[in-house]
Amino acid sequence: MAALENAKGTALRYACGNVLSFFILILIGVLAFSIRLFSVIKYESVIHEFDPYFNYRVTQFLTKNGIYDFWNWFDDRTWYPLGRVIGGTVYPGLTLTAGSLWWLLNSLNIPLSVETVCVFTAPIFSANAAWATYLLTKEVKGTGAGLTAAVVLAMVPSYISRSVAGSYDNEAVAIFALIFTFYLYIKTLNTGSLFYATLNALAYFYMVCSWGGYTFIINLIPMHVLLCIVTGRYSSRLYIAYAPLVVLGTLLAALVPVVGFNAVMTSEHFASFLVFIILHVVALVYYIKGILSPKMFKVAVTLVVSVGVVVCFAMMAVLVAMVASSPTKGWSGRSLSLLDPTYASKYIPIIASVSEHQPPTWPSYFMDINVLAFLVPAGIISCFLPLSDASSFVVLYIVTSVYFSGVMVRLMLVLAPAACIMSGIALSEAFSVFTRSIKFQMPKLLDDSDPVPGDITSGNSVVQSNQTKVEKHSAADKSEGTLKERPQKKSKKKEKEPLEKASIKSQIEKKLLVLPLESSVLAILLLVLLGAFYVVHCVWAAAEAYSAPSIVLTSHSHDGLHVFDDFREAYAWLSHNTEVNDKVASWWDYGYQTTAMANRTVIVDNNTWNNTHIATVGTAMSSPEKAAWDIFNSLDVKYVLVVFGGLVGYPSDDINKFLWMVRIGGGVFPHIKEPDYLRDGQYRIDSQATPTMLNCLMYKLSYYRFVETDGKGFDRVRRTEIGKKYFKLSHFEEVFTTHHWMVRIYKLKPLKNRIRGKTKKSKSSPKTSGSKKDERVKKNPWH
Amino acid sequence: MAMKLSIFVALIALLLPLLSTAFSPETPTDRRILVLLDDQSIKSSHSIFFKSFQTRGYDLDFRLADDPKISLQRYGQYLYDGLILFSPQAKRFGGSLDLAGVLEFVDSGRDLVIAADGAASDLIRDISTECGVDFDVDSAAMVIDHTSYAVSKTDGDHTLIASDEFIQSDVILGSEKIEAPVIFKGIAHSLNPANSLVLKVLSASPSAYSANPEAELSSPPSMSGSSISLVSVVQARNNARILISGSLDLFSDRLFGSGVQKAGSETTFEKSGNEQFVTELSKWVFHERGHLKAVSIQHHKVGEVVEPAMYRIKDELEFSVEIYEWSGKSWQPYVSDDVQVQFYMMSPYVLKTLSTNQKGLYSTSFKVPDVYGVFQFKVEYHRLGYTGLSLSKQIPVRPFRHNEYERFITTAFPYYGGSVSMMAGFFVFTIVYLYNK
Repeated sequence: MAALENAKGTALRYACGNVLSFFILILIGVLAFSIRLFSVIKYESVIHEFDPYFNYRVTQFLTKNGIYDFWNWFDDRTWYPLGRVIGGTVYPGLTLTAGSLWWLLNSLNIPLSVETVCVFTAPIFSANAAWATYLLTKEVKGTGAGLTAAVVLAMVPSYISRSVAGSYDNEAVAIFALIFTFYLYIKTLNTGSLFYATLNALAYFYMVCSWGGYTFIINLIPMHVLLCIVTGRYSSRLYIAYAPLVVLGTLLAALVPVVGFNAVMTSEHFASFLVFIILHVVALVYYIKGILSPKMFKVAVTLVVSVGVVVCFAMMAVLVAMVASSPTKGWSGRSLSLLDPTYASKYIPIIASVSEHQPPTWPSYFMDINVLAFLVPAGIISCFLPLSDASSFVVLYIVTSVYFSGVMVRLMLVLAPAACIMSGIALSEAFSVFTRSIKFQMPKLLDDSDPVPGDITSGNSVVQSNQTKVEKHSAADKSEGTLKERPQKKSKKKEKEPLEKASIKSQIEKKLLVLPLESSVLAILLLVLLGAFYVVHCVWAAAEAYSAPSIVLTSHSHDGLHVFDDFREAYAWLSHNTEVNDKVASWWDYGYQTTAMANRTVIVDNNTWNNTHIATVGTAMSSPEKAAWDIFNSLDVKYVLVVFGGLVGYPSDDINKFLWMVRIGGGVFPHIKEPDYLRDGQYRIDSQATPTMLNCLMYKLSYYRFVETDGKGFDRVRRTEIGKKYFKLSHFEEVFTTHHWMVRIYKLKPLKNRIRGKTKKSKSSPKTSGSKKDERVKKNPWH
Repeated sequence: MAMKLSIFVALIALLLPLLSTAFSPETPTDRRILVLLDDQSIKSSHSIFFKSFQTRGYDLDFRLADDPKISLQRYGQYLYDGLILFSPQAKRFGGSLDLAGVLEFVDSGRDLVIAADGAASDLIRDISTECGVDFDVDSAAMVIDHTSYAVSKTDGDHTLIASDEFIQSDVILGSEKIEAPVIFKGIAHSLNPANSLVLKVLSASPSAYSANPEAELSSPPSMSGSSISLVSVVQARNNARILISGSLDLFSDRLFGSGVQKAGSETTFEKSGNEQFVTELSKWVFHERGHLKAVSIQHHKVGEVVEPAMYRIKDELEFSVEIYEWSGKSWQPYVSDDVQVQFYMMSPYVLKTLSTNQKGLYSTSFKVPDVYGVFQFKVEYHRLGYTGLSLSKQIPVRPFRHNEYERFITTAFPYYGGSVSMMAGFFVFTIVYLYNK
């Protein structure tokens, strides 16, 4: 009877809980979307930074020309004269997403511009990512943890940094795809449903379309499968979760032009195939174990193991041979730098030169995931209480992503969801423990203001029946539920006993987990305080740190706000004052922006696919004027663009990037040597700088006429007076310098019409009597 | 159309008689040349030379070099198409003209003739130096040649040189061979061998040297042998042409008419080669010969007419260009068998000699290489004496579209068979497994 009443109450409670969590989720979505709008409110609705401009340009092309032309797009305006097959070298997920969004809105008669859609794609998808986090965490630890994790993810600074409005980059949709793929994997693992397995493959396909980071999925999931097998957790659900993903996923991944045969030919994917084979071997073993008597099985095991070892050796030999035969050992440079953090800086300057490929500093952890860093260990602990397939997956996820984030700043983004999930679990568990303690002691408190610790055990049955009311949908409840479900499913496989034991054990543990009231209240207060601190930090990060679009800069000084809009000024000048087919050379950072904003052909851009071409530009920038002119002229360059921050103190200018140009140039053209540009190992531009440095093109183009600004030539970035102040350009002419001198554009002078003779002007000879000579003589004071 | 054009041109010519442009095919007849002289006597002493211009339709404007009214341009427009500096002693020009003015005149594509002399001023030397010709710095030096001087009736003046070492170019010196040697009396100049724009038209014999004929030779002469150039021409990159001669007398009536016998040679010529040499050279300098133009560069796929915006790799294409030469009166088809086109992307991928139809049309067809990128059709035609042709036309080449590959490949049939038999086998297996219990 009591049970019936209880069941009725439970149903009602669940209904209320579901409605409540639905609204909470909507609010989380609104929060995730709106916290990313600071950039639009504080600046304007523009595309940010560098790569988003390329994505924006591609999206424009897609909306204008349709998907087939996009697929076959050969872009002749970048990487002149090589061109770039955009359709085959770009991850199309983001573009297709925004393109279909735009198409959908337009067919609903909502005429938004492509730019608006692109700007708001990232915030929309962060809301999706928050919901996906909810789903994933719910699968792992129940609804409460799910909601907490979703809230935490909605405003984690690391993710905000890549998904503010205007930051139209692959990561914006890829993080959602990543989490959602993981969710579907866990869902399949928990349910053993082939339907979810197929969805999982499709989600994986979307991830492959969106971001090169898909290799993380295709390595992490096999690792988890292997972990399950090793720890004896093999089940048919595991098989269903994994085997279709590999087969369908690989087939689908091979459909994406940029991946193509890489899906089966590069080392990044080998782990998944290896685990696929192992999984089948294990499945076979379990099958044989089922049909054979124990004695026969022993014989079979020895047979299979010996054969298996032989096969494994053969496979390994084949693999090793294949890997060894490829020049980079089958790994792409970026992946190699993941395994060996020092690889890139040692061998590939082009990868090392990108700041987001550098290892992060400790403060950046605190900046990007803030208090989550402290909550993660607690989350890991609660994942082990008890350890399920799903929770072991998130533990594996956090461990690997911590490693990867330590290799590259950029991969902090992969860590962020894992940290959010862990913190969500930790917070939710903590809240449930504390609230349970309070709830348990509340009646006592009302009866008797002096609770006795010894009563805890005696009142357990009451707690047991009442606790669910307080917790509604707490994680503990859910895990208990799943644990109860599992034996039912597993009973077919006759594995009931140990799990029942575990369930009973966990119940006993729970009874013991009642803390003193005061400390519980205090702990809840502290947790709320911690949460508040996190929220404050996140809002600050979203508003101040990560909202600048980097094409418009602002600075606050004593006389108010200064806006530096030099980049757009320069690009507008280029698009209005140069011929359509003119080529503009600059360091590759500005390539995407030049093609997108100025619509001019560039030599190199941010898609650094051809190291030699970049090295050519680097060599030109580090060469003396004449040699640089020859290089640029051979590439039909008409204009050279340099970014110079010395006047206003903009630190990421070309002079600060110059050593990378030297390194990358010198990597291909050995006559460029880095020591020539350094004085005693120091990079300097003052009067102590080396002559090579003072005569190279980058120095000259940056500091040409700079001394005219203040009479001294004081560089406010390097905080020093420049070494060579007065010089003329012989092969270049300045055509445009922006208001704050941040962008300077030079034109290549044409070849001289005539070639002068050898003789110096004969004025030096004593016999001359030229008119100018006469005048000079008259001015001489000694005559 | 042509009629209208000529009327229009005539109108312009009437309205703006003083204004003129650089060498332009439309107005060849009213080309005006400014002649600057040291004194008016040169006008009569060099009358044959000037006459030849006037008979060819040029309009000569004689001025003294120090005439204060000299000006090359008015309201930013040049008044002359050519400038002849027969004023070797002018230390400065009258009016607003100076060294920079002369060089600007050349850089605007107009032609220049400079004649120096024993007493050439710094100004003339500076102009020459700026054009790439270095006169002997010793202002008293002259070219002396003790073996190939011109034998004259009265005395053996070894500074009067008879040279027949012409440049081997029909374009510059005309198709008619100059039989008689050219008599030269003046100063030597040298050219920078690295300078590709300047040509030695008349060089001295190996035994010539440059020294002061009055003084004893104390040190080895600064210039000697065939490195000495007597007459040189420069073709600037904008096709302006410059004639620089170390001798003003070269153009004089006296030397035009005098007979010549080269020392050591038996043959005596009634008339020196000067007149023919100078006249032909002046024709070249004023673009009556050797000026090419290329028009209507066209390319299209074989079998099509419209020029595409982009080619695909392995397309067959046809390329054509029309090249004409200015004959002094009209554009004539230029006939040659060595015009080449490059299909160029950082280096030429295709290099083909164009075949001509003898009417100025050059064409060829070739297959686009199996490389995509932004290519250029390039015609680089630089021949001795001709104006250079540097044409380039950009054209992108794209890879195959996704549906332009072969759908079924013969060599892949085993794989097709494999997958089809796999599917069939799986189907059979499913049926057997499901219903065979």
